[in-house]
Amino acid sequence: MKWIAAIPLAALLVGLPFFAGDFYVNLASQILIAAIFALSLNLLVGYGGMTSLGHASYLGVAAYISALLTSRYGWGHGAAALFSIAGTTVTAAFFGIIALRATGLGFLMITLALSQVLWGLAYRMSNVTNGDNGIAGLTRPMPFGISLDSAASFYWFDLIVASFAFLMMTIFVSSSFGSSLKGVRDQPRRMAALGFNPWMIRWITFIYAGFWGGIAGLLYVYYNKYIHPTSLSTTSSAEALLGVIAGGSGTPGGPVVGAALVLLLKNYASAYIERWNMLLGLVFLFIVLVMPTGIVPGLSKLLRRGSR
Amino acid sequence: MQFWIIQGLNSLSLGGLLFLLSSGFSLIFGLMRLANLTHGAFFMLGTYFGATTLRAYSGLNIWVTALGAGLAVAAIGGLFERLVLTRLKTNPLGQVLVTLGMSFIISDACLMLWGGDSIPVPTPHNLQAPTRLMGFVFPTYRLVLVGCAIAAAIALYFLIERTRLGAMIRAGVDDRQMARAIGIPVSNLFTIVFCLGAGIAGAGGVLGGPILSAYPGLDGDMLPLALIVVILGGIGSLLGAFVGSFIIGFIYTFGTALFPELAYIILFLPMIVVIAFRPQGLFGRAGA
Repeated sequence: MKWIAAIPLAALLVGLPFFAGDFYVNLASQILIAAIFALSLNLLVGYGGMTSLGHASYLGVAAYISALLTSRYGWGHGAAALFSIAGTTVTAAFFGIIALRATGLGFLMITLALSQVLWGLAYRMSNVTNGDNGIAGLTRPMPFGISLDSAASFYWFDLIVASFAFLMMTIFVSSSFGSSLKGVRDQPRRMAALGFNPWMIRWITFIYAGFWGGIAGLLYVYYNKYIHPTSLSTTSSAEALLGVIAGGSGTPGGPVVGAALVLLLKNYASAYIERWNMLLGLVFLFIVLVMPTGIVPGLSKLLRRGSR
Repeated sequence: MQFWIIQGLNSLSLGGLLFLLSSGFSLIFGLMRLANLTHGAFFMLGTYFGATTLRAYSGLNIWVTALGAGLAVAAIGGLFERLVLTRLKTNPLGQVLVTLGMSFIISDACLMLWGGDSIPVPTPHNLQAPTRLMGFVFPTYRLVLVGCAIAAAIALYFLIERTRLGAMIRAGVDDRQMARAIGIPVSNLFTIVFCLGAGIAGAGGVLGGPILSAYPGLDGDMLPLALIVVILGGIGSLLGAFVGSFIIGFIYTFGTALFPELAYIILFLPMIVVIAFRPQGLFGRAGA
């Protein structure tokens, strides 16, 4: 009977622009983008046991490719989107080959180093990327001739993509491939003994996660109509990782809740104080020390105890 | 010719700095199995300490300042290790995340305290005159810096290989549980090594100040270099950190001088090659 509870939630999500102002609709759009991004990272962290600190690479690569193609080379949005997603997926495949030579902390350090390299490129290659000025004056696409410039229309577009992404990623982890992924996470040697190829399973997951990271990046650049090297920075990767861990890694809904919380906190806090990075650091300490399994598993444990 | 020699010396001095940074990182990783992502922030903290004190008291010796900053950063590192990291002994991922959080806190605190402008650190008076050697002119301070890194490497080597403390650290690296069982206080060793690593980074930050100057984002520039050095040299290996530092020093300096826009790509090529053929790094042990 779980799905009955989903109906009012879906109605609420679809109907949001009818009763909320533009500010909240835009906030919801950003949350959806962050949620897709966190969900894609969760495939690696939660289901694959591969903690990546460089996931912003895929968001940034997709966003930069799309921004460059549409603004500098005058490509249409459709072709640019396809090309940027393909480029991001190839990047993920390449980074995966390098990073998956190691596991655990080595994997984490290599993903961090790789993403820092991209960040450095975006910053220093100013004749291509405009460096610290970023690329401004971008446009949103017009799928089927519908303008996405209003807050509500972009939100609905975002919601469709996010729902599809959620569905696809949930199917991915609940498929038999997802089971073998979880098996590789918990018992890589036994899985290898059973005839599975742990490296291949991890690599495919890495690419798939990069693909959805790229989708989030496209939406990100459509929403902001602007791209800056900070979206490739460690802070950006860390925010997503915090969302995953705060919400509960390895759960289907946890990263959505976590990403929403991080984004709300960032928006709310930056209205009052300038010290977002310090706050982010403190939240990291708090979550890891006090709620290591995340909010969603923690709450559902409480609920189960209450209903008994 | 002058270009190659000067850039060569610059490479050596950057390599020396990188060794001061990455040796501590490597020591901490070797013993504690902890990727200390605060390390860049410790280095930056040292640079800011150095900048403030050396500008306020112009007569102050840079070595004394480096020692003081090293001790101060070691104290901060020690507190962090005792208060936070020890609580997460069973949670290695949590430890990494906490060091990441700590690095955000430190770098933001530096931004708050010292502002967003870069602060140059004065070169010590007695080292300002250039050295003439075989008809070439060298900046003296950079030569001294290379010597300093070599001295630090020798001191660390003797500490690890020739002292009782070093023997205990090696025992802890090889087999933590066995070391505990024969009565080595491993958790105290953790604190000592963490303080030592943080202290070297802090002192290195002061010594690097006259070359790099203190600016926000220094931590983010240094940490990936340290990561690349230890991935290249082999995580947890002192020799690997030494060799890796100078390799990266050369690649980065010449890359920036010859192909400024591609320096980052060139930097990461040797890492890919090493990972592809020797995932444990040049001097790392398999399975470490």
